Amino acid sequence: MDFMLSKEHEMARALFKEFAEKEVKPLAQEVDETEAFPRGTVEKMAKLGFLGIPVPKEYGGQGCDPLTYAMCVEELSKVCGTTGVIVSAHTSLCCDPIMTYGTEEQKQKYLVPLAKGEKLGAFGLTEPGAGTDAQGQQTKAVLEGDEWVLNGSKCFITNGKEADVYVIFAITGTVEKRGRMQKEISAFIVEKGTPGFTFGTKEKKMGIRGSSTYELIFTDCRIPKDNMLGQQGKGFNIAMHTLDGGRIGIASQALGLAEGALENTIAYVKERKQFGRAIGAFQNTQFQLADMATKVEAAQLLVYKAAMAKATQKVYSVEAAKAKLYAAEVAMEVTTKAVQLHGGYGYIREYDVERMMRDAKITEIYEGTSEVQRMVISGALLK
Amino acid sequence: MKVVVCVKQVPDTAGGVKFNPDGTLDRGAMLTIMNPDDKAGLEAALRLKDQYGAEVTVVTMGLPKAEEVLREAMAMGADKGVLVTDRVLGGADTWATSTTLAGAIRNLEYDLIITGRQAIDGDTAQVGPQISEHLDIPVISYAQDIKIEGDSVVVERQYEDRYHVVKAKMPCLITALSELNEPRYMTPGGIFDAYQKEITVWGRADLKDVDDSNLGLKGSPTKIAKASDKVRKGAGEKVTLDPDESVSYIVDKLKVKHVI
Amino acid sequence: MNLEEYKGVYVFAQQVDNEISSIAFELLGKAKDLAKDLNTDVTAVLIGSGVKGLADQLAEYGADKVIVVDDPELKDYRTEPYAHALASVINKYKPEIMLVGATAIGRDLGPRVSARVATGLTADCTVLEIGDFPLQAVPGQEQLHNQLLMTRPAFGGNTIATIACPYNRPQMATVRAGVMQKIAPIKGAKANVEEFNPGFTPDNKYVEILDIVKAVTNTVDIMDAKILVSGGRGVGSPENFKILEDLAEVLGGTVSCSRAVVDSGWKPKDLQVGQTGKTVRPNVYFAIGISGAIQHVAGMEESDIIVAINKDADAPIFDVADYGVVGDLNKIVPKLTEALKAEIAAAK
Repeated sequence: MDFMLSKEHEMARALFKEFAEKEVKPLAQEVDETEAFPRGTVEKMAKLGFLGIPVPKEYGGQGCDPLTYAMCVEELSKVCGTTGVIVSAHTSLCCDPIMTYGTEEQKQKYLVPLAKGEKLGAFGLTEPGAGTDAQGQQTKAVLEGDEWVLNGSKCFITNGKEADVYVIFAITGTVEKRGRMQKEISAFIVEKGTPGFTFGTKEKKMGIRGSSTYELIFTDCRIPKDNMLGQQGKGFNIAMHTLDGGRIGIASQALGLAEGALENTIAYVKERKQFGRAIGAFQNTQFQLADMATKVEAAQLLVYKAAMAKATQKVYSVEAAKAKLYAAEVAMEVTTKAVQLHGGYGYIREYDVERMMRDAKITEIYEGTSEVQRMVISGALLK
Repeated sequence: MKVVVCVKQVPDTAGGVKFNPDGTLDRGAMLTIMNPDDKAGLEAALRLKDQYGAEVTVVTMGLPKAEEVLREAMAMGADKGVLVTDRVLGGADTWATSTTLAGAIRNLEYDLIITGRQAIDGDTAQVGPQISEHLDIPVISYAQDIKIEGDSVVVERQYEDRYHVVKAKMPCLITALSELNEPRYMTPGGIFDAYQKEITVWGRADLKDVDDSNLGLKGSPTKIAKASDKVRKGAGEKVTLDPDESVSYIVDKLKVKHVI
Repeated sequence: MNLEEYKGVYVFAQQVDNEISSIAFELLGKAKDLAKDLNTDVTAVLIGSGVKGLADQLAEYGADKVIVVDDPELKDYRTEPYAHALASVINKYKPEIMLVGATAIGRDLGPRVSARVATGLTADCTVLEIGDFPLQAVPGQEQLHNQLLMTRPAFGGNTIATIACPYNRPQMATVRAGVMQKIAPIKGAKANVEEFNPGFTPDNKYVEILDIVKAVTNTVDIMDAKILVSGGRGVGSPENFKILEDLAEVLGGTVSCSRAVVDSGWKPKDLQVGQTGKTVRPNVYFAIGISGAIQHVAGMEESDIIVAINKDADAPIFDVADYGVVGDLNKIVPKLTEALKAEIAAAK
């Protein structure tokens, strides 16, 4: 067992870190304040291949492993949670299912430009009445001749209005399962600009405020028959498997937020003086930092383990669930403590920890709440 | 067209500086980066690669660990890397360094050699011009723009209050300013590819037309008599005086420090 | 190499457009000190085209002798003909010390010449003195006397090293402008001129100058400024920044500011120093009416010299200042400007 990163991974981290510090950090406050999608940053990342890190080279990607991708999301999120989730949603939730389930034609047509970053991806599963309960889907797809006709809506979609390619789930019929009629769900690739595909409200969020979160509305939206992703009726499996990967991305985002908050806090307690000495000289501060650092490192190990599992195992649901559960809760705890250690300054927006705490909360919620992760983990234990 | 770029792995000066007992730098103990001016030189070479299909070979002299800057250069797009490393080369000043690098470059084909203007550790700006002297080719220092015209290179050569547009026949050596360009980032895939490539490692025996007496600490004309950390500043002085005394106090301090 | 043959302190007397650069006079000032310690004389080497008439100026600033290399090939600076000229002078006259300005010319010419005459070169020296090498006698090693000891900063000013060149001649050093002091000119001094032309045969190393473009000065980026006069909320009003601008002008510096000033709309964002502004490390940083919040200090603590003026004796800026003055900036700054103006005028 070896806990040392390879030289390649170390260098990749240095690259992500340098990019994050130079290109992302200076914009983080503004992105949060103005809720503006960082289009310029996305274009820069596209040029450097950050939008196709785990995609094979023959499909325009970088051909790196999931760990390299996780480190990218981690380093970006250290300075800007918004930028981290943009990459995560694009890569894990759009590139990944097309790579896994797409036909060669679909890969050439969609995956190549996605991996090159010429196009941005998104994923539409959640509906107003179907969050954790993915079976509660209402969006329907009906085959008419050579086209599927989509009707319904998706909500809370990351990269919502900014994406070009969407992986969308819809009901394509009903099937009998263990004597009960169940909805048959299938996955589709939908392009922006398809007639009948429009955007609803832009959500105003607590955190990750620069990520464009929109409602997607489908009204007699006709897409080619060939745009079904994977087999008909396999949508639920595709969604769940995609989310396993997505959780590694979100776990990396959570990890990055926790690390960023910790780094900021360490710098702050060395400088900030109260009662005539740096607050880092007080044992309360020291013990808090020790706990924070320990949990951050534990989270990192779980996240990296899950990323490695994705590279080597067919199924990695439990690893991903543990990583996301723990990293998200650590992110919330560490960012909250970071704000507390900053005192009054932690509560004002000039200090990054204020934003990090708001950004961290969503990691306990999206792509499966912490409760869902516990279901996945315990389900495997009691199987 | 073949371009050789000389790069140096330098301590990140933000990370503190450590010495060996003999007054030379303990490079092994410090965090390192690719020297910024060299990185600008590499970027200039990579642009020649993009534009004219130039082949870019990166050469460094240093400890075996200096391999890292070659990998980094290759991850940015350089084609080949040469590491010149040997115990006998240690402790070299600019004369011995330029002699060594010239000895390595004699083994390579080149139309253009690009070095950074200066390294952030030594700040001497000597090695580039000295290599050109050893190789008996023209040098254009302080390049702020580089163009190729046939068998010549046309460079904007910066001075304090002007620049010269200078044309030189290749082969030629150019020293690059970090202001020359904004070096590109590596790519994630480029990093993994760079580690798959072979790096050429040369020792003393591989250097061409070089005399032992010009190498390493022994072959360095300049000798360090004394080296020390600059005393770290903590809180300095604080005085409370009337305005006129305050003014003389500040003026005196600026004089002592040669500001005026 | 017979080191004994090498005598005298030589200065490369840089000229541009047939006007001697100030650095040449500064080097002559230092060369005179060194020559006195060595009991030898000072020679200026003047290289150019139609420059002979400038020789007397060098005498006024302390040159005992001026070697003039005058040739049409030397009209505008090019590395090769200049290197050939200076290296030829060194080979013929054998100086023991050769000083060159650490200018855009000198930092190109110096290394090329040192490589040609096979000696060491120490760059950007801040102190030059005559002494022993090794500094203290070491058993088993001969201690050499009358060596040029060259002290210079390295690692971006993090370290200081003293360098000697004990076994090669000449001992060559470059020195930055503004470091050494000129002597008061000896009015009417006449140069002892010796003309020397080693012959110039253009080859591939003689580059062609296609154009010379003189720069128009544009606005200074505060990150490039050597001297920053930075104001905080304590300055009181945008109008009152005038007193900082006056101070900056006298020192050839630039005005910058703290975040509070930008937030108040007194100054544009690109002048802001600090975590959310720019990180600067000038030679001198004046923090005037700046309390020194952490995010400000993070952007300027690497400055070489920090001078703080603040009326609050407990302001955290004093924790990082080299020279802290507790007092009213409105009273101190204008007087400081006047005093510096007088000092600088007197030094000229």
